[in-house]
Order: sequence, then C-alpha cells, then structure tokens
Amino acid sequence: MKKIEAVIRKSKFDDVKKALHQIEVNFFTYWDVTGVGNEKEGHVYRGITYSTADIQRRYISIVVSDPFLERTIDAILNAAETGMVGDGKIFVSDVIETYRIRTKEKGTDAVN
Amino acid sequence: MDTNAVLDLMWVLICGILVFFMQAGFTLVETGFTRSKNTGNIIMKNLMDFCIGSVAFWAVGYSLMYGDSIGGLIGNISQYAFFDSLKDMHSLFFQTVFAATAATIVSGAIAERTKFTTYLIFSLLMTLVIYPISGSWVWNAGGWLAQMGFTDFAGSTVVHAVGGFASLVAAAMVGPRIGKYNADGTSNAIPGHSLMMGALGVFILWVGWFGFNPGSQLAISGDNAIKVAEIFITTNLAGAIGALAAMFVTWIFYKKPDISMTLNGVLAGLVGVTAGCAAVDPVGALMIGLICGIVVVFSIEFIDKKLKIDDPVGAVSVHGVCGALGTILVGVFATDGGLLYGGGFDKLIVQITGVAAIGAWALGASFIVLFILKKTMGIRVTKEEEIDGLDIHEHGTNCYND
Repeated sequence: MKKIEAVIRKSKFDDVKKALHQIEVNFFTYWDVTGVGNEKEGHVYRGITYSTADIQRRYISIVVSDPFLERTIDAILNAAETGMVGDGKIFVSDVIETYRIRTKEKGTDAVN
Repeated sequence: MDTNAVLDLMWVLICGILVFFMQAGFTLVETGFTRSKNTGNIIMKNLMDFCIGSVAFWAVGYSLMYGDSIGGLIGNISQYAFFDSLKDMHSLFFQTVFAATAATIVSGAIAERTKFTTYLIFSLLMTLVIYPISGSWVWNAGGWLAQMGFTDFAGSTVVHAVGGFASLVAAAMVGPRIGKYNADGTSNAIPGHSLMMGALGVFILWVGWFGFNPGSQLAISGDNAIKVAEIFITTNLAGAIGALAAMFVTWIFYKKPDISMTLNGVLAGLVGVTAGCAAVDPVGALMIGLICGIVVVFSIEFIDKKLKIDDPVGAVSVHGVCGALGTILVGVFATDGGLLYGGGFDKLIVQITGVAAIGAWALGASFIVLFILKKTMGIRVTKEEEIDGLDIHEHGTNCYND
C-alpha cells in the first residue's frame, strides 16, 4: 500500500478528480492549502503594489494498493499539468496498515 | 397644519431615515476595508457614535448650532438645550443624523489601533461642540459665513470636511498601524478582509445620499418638488462619474481597475457635489464629480506614501479633501455667481474663505481634544492588543466565531 499526496492547482482539481474516477480510484481526501513557492503573484491594493509568495493550492491524499500506484500517478501527472511554473508536486510514501472502521477489515481489502 | 406643511415635514423625516441608514453604510465600508480581527470594534464605534451623538446633539449640540447666533460665531446654548420644541422635532431628527455622520467619518481613519474609550470621548465632543460650532457659521441664518453668502447646501464642508479634517488629525496623532510602514519609509498594503462588505456599504451610502442632498431642501411641497428632483440628478451624476473617474485613473496607473479605489470614487463624487447639488446644473455636477473622482486617487496615494499618515479607508481624502474641493468648486460651477458662469471671482473667494475657516477650526479643535486625550488616557491600544486584534482585547470576543 502506498500513500500518494499531490499538491495541485485548484483550477485543475476537477480534471484530476475525473481522471482518478476513470481509473477507478474513487476514495481520496483533499483540503485547501497555502504554500510558498517559486511563483510570485503581483497584487495591487489601493495603489500599493505588493508581491506575495503565498500560493493557494489544493492538497490531495490518496491511499492505494500497489497495483494502482503507477496509473494513479500517471492520471495526476497528466490531468494536473498546465506546463507553467506552479503545477505542483506528487509525493509517494509507504503505508504500514489500513483499517476500515465499519467492517474491521485490514490491508488491501480496507483500501478499495 | 396644512397639507403642504405636512408634506414638507414628512419629506424631512423620510430623508432623515435615509441619512440614518448611512450609518450602516459607514459600518460596512470601514469593516470591509480593514482586517476581520477588528470588525467588532468598528461595529461598536459606529453604533456608539450615533447613540452618543443622538443624546449629545439633542442636549446641547442643536442649540449651539441653531440657537440665535451670537456674533455669527456660535448659537445661543440655552435656547434649545434639552430640545423640547414640539413643532421642530423633525428638524432635530434631520440635524441629528447629519451630526452623527460627521462624527462617524473619523472612526474609519483611525481603525484597527485606537482605544475604544478614547474614541467614545472624542465622538462625544465632536457632536457636542466641534461640529455644531462650525455648522452654526454656515447653517445658522445669523452665522458669519452664511452672512457672507457661503454656499454649502448639504454639507460638503460642514459635515464631510469637518469629519475628514478631524480624521486627518486623529490618524496622524494615533500613528500608523503596526506593519504599515517599513523601516525605509515605504508603505505596505494591508488588504481589507471583505470588499463585498465595502461594496454593499458604498451602495447603502449612495442610497443614503438621496436623503442627504435632496432632503436638505427641507421641503417638497409646491415648486420645491422640482428642485428636489433636480438635486437627485446632480447628486447621482456626480457619484457615477466619480466612480468612473477613479476606475479609469487606477486602470491607467495600476494596470487594473482597483476595486476599493473605485468604491472610494463613488463617495468622492457624492461628497464633492454635496455643497453644490442645488447650485449647479447637471453639467456642473458632472464636472465636480469628475474632478473629485480623479483627485481622490492621488490624494489617497499622497497621504499614504508622502505624508505617511495611515488612513485604512481613505476617509481623509474622500471626506476631507473632496469635501473641501467640492465646496470650493461651487465658486466655479454655480449657475448663479460661478466663475465659469460669468460670476467673476467673488463667489470663489467666499467659498475658499469658508473652507479655510472651517478647515482651520476642525483641525485645531480636533488637535486640542486629541492632544489632551493623548496626554491623559492615551489614544492607542498596546502593541499586543493591536496584533491580536481589538475585538478580543477591547470587547472580549471575536466578530467571526467559527
């Protein structure tokens, strides 16, 4: 089992969600995050220009069984891309165990 | 009472309600243009200056302003003290909401760092003494500026510039918010927490202005109705062109049409035309609104970047600068006596004299009051209170609790 975490553009979230559904990854968690990165956004408020490195992104966390790993990553890589600075990152890590609370199942059965 | 008198009285009361509603507009603009941690404090300031003003103006203020003038300088304080003249209650109501408008302007300029108790005392003195005395010079028939022929129909100077100049003194004396200026003197943006609130506030103020200016005719029976309708048009045109002007100026200079500046542009046009709304024609109103809409943007920048006075909502520029400017421009655009309408310089000189005198009074009186307050009880919250927000420290709770 692997955990795939991805920081993506909010504007690409719907595309990523659709791509994940297509490869039958139907369960995942997401939340809105603020980060600091290379992209600088210029703002003007009441005549004062200020640049902010505070970037709004969406963070997705998915736990998948090993056979799903590559296709999930591919789905996100393709769906979240615009080609411009700030498309985000994907992190993959090992998951020791998964439990489904309702049925007490564990392991791969609990993931899908 | 005959029908016409009833109509007039009712008109004054209805317009008074509209002007009262401007308090909601001010509250929304000021909270929207500032950070959410201070919203409750601004609510309380705007609520309390109206409540304090209502009592103070009834007790003393109205009499100082409208009692028989003593030497053109001040109304007879005992004449209407603790007002109980039954046939003039509508007048008291209408003038009370105006007095409270002058007072409430200040709260925006000193937002996010001023002690609540100090503000309450300042607000009391504003409606008790500062506003009524300069007001008596113009709106009391025996006032010295009224005698000179000074035109300030609905209060560009009497109400707005007095509030605006008091704001200038207050904002300068209380100092900038923490984080507003860098060590090298450059200015930082502190974006307001809700431009939606700011926008709603501006729309409400615009509605209120249809009471503020047309109501100042103080009558609607007979031919007054035609005059009132004309004032609706001059008022509306100035607000509209003020917004357009501010939008295009920011579009040119900042590359994008700035939202909060454009909202200020509406108010700049409306403040500007308030003095001359009954003395200029629609073209004159358009010109006044246009000039004020352009000037307000540069004035806000100048006060922020050059004078380094921190005015989060632009009250000094909108009410002080555009109030004074709009009043002076009556001398240029008035159809009767204006410079561009063949009236020569006489009217213009009277207008400048009046603005200078009232400006000096508002600046001087506010300075004395605030200087004493600063030396005695202090006018600024502690650094810790300011950083955490005034809501939690001054009022014990947040405005937004989840």
